[in-house]
Amino acid sequence: MTDATPADFAAQGLRESATFDRTTIAAIQHAARTGIYDIRGGGAKRKLPHFDDLLFLGASMSRYPLEGYRERCDTDVVLGARNAKFPLHLSTPVTIAGMSFGALSGRAKEALGRGASEVGTSTTTGDGGMTDEERGHSKHLVYQYLPSRYGMNPDHLRAADAIEVVLGQGAKPGGGGMLLGQKITERVAGMRTLPVGVDQRSACRHPDWTGPDDLAIKIGELREITDWEKPVYVKVGASRPYYDVKLAVKAGADVVVVDGMQGGTAATQDVFIEHVGIPTLAAIPEAVRALQEMGVHREVQLIVSGGVRNGADLAKCMALGADAVAIGTAALIALGDNDPALDAEYRKIGSAAGYYDDWQAGQDPAGITTQDPELQQRFDPEVGGRRLANYLRVMTMEAQIIARACGKAHLQHLEPEDLVALTIEAAAMTRLPLAGTSWIPGQGS
Amino acid sequence: MCGIAGLHLRDAALQPHLGALLQTMLCQAAERGTDAAGVGLYGDPGLNPAGQATVCTIESPLVATEAAAAVERALGQPVRSRASGQTTVFTAAVAADLLEAAVRAALPGAVVTSRGANLSVLKGTGHPDELATTFRLADATGYQGVAHTRMATESAVTSTGSHPYSVGPDQCMVHNGSFSNHATIRRELKAEGVEFDSENDTEVGARFVAQQLAGGADVEKALRLLCERFDGFYTLLVATENSFAVVRDAIACKPAVVAETDQWVAMASEYRYLTGLPGVENARIFEPEPEVVYAWER
Amino acid sequence: MGTLTQEIPAPTVTTDVDLTTTSVRELNAALHAEPEGSTAAYRVVHPAGRHAVAVGLDRPVTVTVEGHVGYYAAGMNQHATVEVHGNAGVGVAENMMSGRVHVHGDASQSAGATAHGGLLVVDGNAAARCGISMKGVDIVVGGNVGHMSGFMAQAGRMVVCGDAGDALGDSIYEARIYVQGTVASLGADCVAKEMRPEHLAEVTDLLAAAGRDDDPAAFTRYGSARTLYNFHVDNASAY
Repeated sequence: MTDATPADFAAQGLRESATFDRTTIAAIQHAARTGIYDIRGGGAKRKLPHFDDLLFLGASMSRYPLEGYRERCDTDVVLGARNAKFPLHLSTPVTIAGMSFGALSGRAKEALGRGASEVGTSTTTGDGGMTDEERGHSKHLVYQYLPSRYGMNPDHLRAADAIEVVLGQGAKPGGGGMLLGQKITERVAGMRTLPVGVDQRSACRHPDWTGPDDLAIKIGELREITDWEKPVYVKVGASRPYYDVKLAVKAGADVVVVDGMQGGTAATQDVFIEHVGIPTLAAIPEAVRALQEMGVHREVQLIVSGGVRNGADLAKCMALGADAVAIGTAALIALGDNDPALDAEYRKIGSAAGYYDDWQAGQDPAGITTQDPELQQRFDPEVGGRRLANYLRVMTMEAQIIARACGKAHLQHLEPEDLVALTIEAAAMTRLPLAGTSWIPGQGS
Repeated sequence: MCGIAGLHLRDAALQPHLGALLQTMLCQAAERGTDAAGVGLYGDPGLNPAGQATVCTIESPLVATEAAAAVERALGQPVRSRASGQTTVFTAAVAADLLEAAVRAALPGAVVTSRGANLSVLKGTGHPDELATTFRLADATGYQGVAHTRMATESAVTSTGSHPYSVGPDQCMVHNGSFSNHATIRRELKAEGVEFDSENDTEVGARFVAQQLAGGADVEKALRLLCERFDGFYTLLVATENSFAVVRDAIACKPAVVAETDQWVAMASEYRYLTGLPGVENARIFEPEPEVVYAWER
Repeated sequence: MGTLTQEIPAPTVTTDVDLTTTSVRELNAALHAEPEGSTAAYRVVHPAGRHAVAVGLDRPVTVTVEGHVGYYAAGMNQHATVEVHGNAGVGVAENMMSGRVHVHGDASQSAGATAHGGLLVVDGNAAARCGISMKGVDIVVGGNVGHMSGFMAQAGRMVVCGDAGDALGDSIYEARIYVQGTVASLGADCVAKEMRPEHLAEVTDLLAAAGRDDDPAAFTRYGSARTLYNFHVDNASAY
């Protein structure tokens, strides 16, 4: 018997509600059945104004392109030169975002380190501390300083190449970390000083400072502890990026990281992911405006994350004024998350390839977002590392292709004037004109 | 976010040194906020001559001498003025509300930043160290003062956004923290006829307290009601003609230190602002409990 | 083994540092530059409430501070002994890993925050959030602790010889809290527990390490009821 399709239902005169659609019905029934909110991984899944709503204006008569391969288009970036003795020199502006050991398996963290190091970029620890695998395999390692302070210690601080003070992330601005009992194994528990198998409760505020005035003092302490050697990043979930970026700079940040609502998490309430925070596209121009008004654009670098997928997204972020991007979800997909080859495995656990977001459950058949020893074995960190390196190279080359087409010898020479918008929302958010017009909504004609 | 400080003198012998002592506090506070600064000074005879009212303004459309002449014409009485950075100080031998009305009539666009018999508020944008010099703070005398250095959070860096906020006679407020429901309270107060000079969250707190005091509540009650109504994180220092009060929200994350001796009571965001005060080594030092109003009367 | 020869301890040379003429950065750099295993002694005067004094120490040195310090004194301490003859600001000994920090006056908020080891002694009062998120440190407070002390305390021991403020041990995991005086209120999942011989011994040891002679039997033990370790819909009101 073949499954009935929506067309069949329509032919019968049946009509689905846009308000109470099947997804909503399932969510209400889940709440009624279990008495608990739905927790999942990933970022905002609904359609949002995003990079696809922007297009580049390639060269033709008024501007001249560069020849591919022979004519240089450089991609290097220096992060954190403002105060640190040892800023980060990266070969590509694509970095790997913070993801915890605990959320990810040790092998996955190792793969991220391998892949990133192969192309000369950085990885970032997450809400669980620094593992030997990651420090061992990652040439440039950014160490997150989070409200929970799980695993935080000065030896790792000194071993890191940069410090990222995390206020929040795009999936849940205003929320703290979450890791459920099934992933709190002995090793994870030991690193986080928690009993094995508890559902971790995480703080949403730092324990010893609140507000940018106290953050300035905290950043001072971190610099003193590490002898002013390392760049200090400040990461915020995109919410009020204009104010947050200004305050981060006032508090002493060398680099600001802004993560939009498409940014992924290992585990958070679905309602938090989908309804709190703003799209990455809306956040970038506000963050750049803040830096420009303070006269520190390019002096304090901006790293943008949340749904960056390919070289076009990377190039658009650069054109809007970012210095670099961070990828999380995309990196996991490069490692093998949601691989169609595993579809049968996903079906067994109530999901499907391309839909799988139950990272909090720790049953990942790809062995990436799990602590289960058997499942972890399926993931080969060397193979994973090569796949990530391939993907990072492709992203970089794609961005170079676009940049050359716009006549740029360096990705950082991309500018907002190289872009137009396809929708009114994107145009209003980015202050770019609608394609083929000079109209920017909200700014007259 | 900000640095706040206040000094309430019990020993009259210290009054000639009020400004100098407040300056030591303000300059330590500078690191917490370099966008703007302000002071509220009580009892300086130069700023608040006996038997006269003083009205301070910022954003005056006229320079001090011309402004004084305009106000004098509106008032029909002699008016003196003094420029102090972005602040203009007007004095006249009339009641404060009359002088204020004349200032408003003569100087459309000016923002009145204080009025009263005892208080002058000097504030503006710029680095606290420079402002202290501009205000000639070291020469000020009096019986109490509050000081504030500003790191602007959500509203713009403008002189109207700087603290202290004085919206009732001889009252002022400085605030470290961030209210989270002030937009709603502002709308409620506006609906009751209250007018606002800025989009700043602190101004909402100041106008709420002023309204309570005008209705007959004392400072303690006004601040208790504020704690009930306002949400967010805040340390508040409120001064009136006769009192000096400190309160923190229920969660009390924003810092506050109080030091007390027989000669003075001081409050600061960080202990190091107090290190220049005489006898601080032997002061009783404590941190205010959340949602408890600490008030000292003159 | 005979002791015909006695080892005469080398005289400790104390390095004096005056923070009116030396910066905190220079002080910390000098302390960080001490050779591994150094037992050098430093005496720091005129701290005047400065922040980040003696942070990130990683040697068994002794630092004696004469006066009040600001935020994060002895932050992330390892192996060192830091004595503050005065008050300490926010976050004293935050994230300490080992060693000993002794505040002879009062401590401000978040004393010993997220610390993993070592001993923090406060002779006077500690303010709000003492021992917040503690991960194995021992804290002994001679006076009172403020509200939300022991919030999310994961591991370690806290001994309060005075009173505790509201919401003691809210969301506590496996840390143990002992209070001699009154507790204004208990936080979520924090309950009074039986004092068994091993707990009396623990309190005795901690008080002795802090140089105090309070009576261990006068203390009440508080710890996690462990009902919030895994989410149950029936506990929803506690969240």
